[in-house]
Amino acid sequence: MSDQSPLSYDSKSEGNIIFTRLDAAINWMRSNSLWPMPMGLACCAIELMAAGAARYDISRFGAEVMRFSPRQSDVMIVAGTVTYKMALAVKRIWDQMPEPKWCIAMGACASSGGMYRSYAVLQGIDRLIPVDVYISGCPPRPEALLDGLMMLQKKIMGEHAIADQKKALFEAV
Amino acid sequence: MTAADAAASLSGKFPAAITAEKEFRGERTLVLRADSLHDVCAFAKESLGFDYLIDISSVDHFGAEPRFEVVYELYSMNDGAHLRLKIPVSEDDCEAATVSDIWPTANWHEREVFDLMGIRFQGHPDLRRILMWEGYPYHPLRKDFPLGGRPSDVPGLAFSETAPLAGGPFVTVPTDGTTQVREPRARHAGETPGPAKFPDEP
Repeated sequence: MSDQSPLSYDSKSEGNIIFTRLDAAINWMRSNSLWPMPMGLACCAIELMAAGAARYDISRFGAEVMRFSPRQSDVMIVAGTVTYKMALAVKRIWDQMPEPKWCIAMGACASSGGMYRSYAVLQGIDRLIPVDVYISGCPPRPEALLDGLMMLQKKIMGEHAIADQKKALFEAV
Repeated sequence: MTAADAAASLSGKFPAAITAEKEFRGERTLVLRADSLHDVCAFAKESLGFDYLIDISSVDHFGAEPRFEVVYELYSMNDGAHLRLKIPVSEDDCEAATVSDIWPTANWHEREVFDLMGIRFQGHPDLRRILMWEGYPYHPLRKDFPLGGRPSDVPGLAFSETAPLAGGPFVTVPTDGTTQVREPRARHAGETPGPAKFPDEP
């Protein structure tokens, strides 16, 4: 079984026992229950709310549990213009999120400063925290956010943290 | 009472205070001596019925003396009259009298003018920055402040960097030309705008 297809399971021949790799199982669980930290700072937050509502329904991808506490969040969705006045608050909330954590820069402003080439606006949240997925648009439609979320899920499915730890352990021993 | 009546009444009451009076497209503007502003405003509110201060703004006539101008927009709810008052503020003292004891709304308007233009209002009860953060060393709407900003750092609170402008499509280029030349939409496609010229801040 590969990392990419942890679901290849035949109940007739395998019964209640599933053989897989720990990495694959953990990645599968993580990627399908991403709890977002909604960092809504401007108009992108409206689209983020639309993505969470009935029509687009982000819960189809397991990411409907918007946590307003960073300590319970997995993915920070930076939705909107990050002013310098807000920048260190965003950083602080990011630092309070437990590992593993991911970041989606939603929209032009969060990705690059957007049209605000200004003395007051941080030119992209990636100058402060590491970003996994950038979503273009001003603001992006909810479909674009869902697409970004699926890209992030794909990225998480390819992670191999346990395998790396095991390798490091063997090398240490 | 119309704005013209109010202006006549003010110039009768404060003949030494008013240095110029203008009318443009039905809008009346009085230019005052800075030290008489508070008395004129108090009289305008108490006796002439200007009970609503629409806005306070400021203008930077960079290179001219006096450099700044503070503009007060007065409105009378009962009469529908609109009167504009202007006072000159020189760069050396950068001070004006507060009117926040006359119109409470002036409190935040004056904080905004202080934050972005650096004019201090004497007698203001709480003159703090309102948009930029405490400790930010510049006043960003001054003409000698570059559009892209300047780097600054207040540890633990906020930092700022210079934004990359690179003659982008939304950037007005300072030249000696007319407004048409400076206007970004007037440039033809592929035309490179001239280098940005900003005087250094002392």
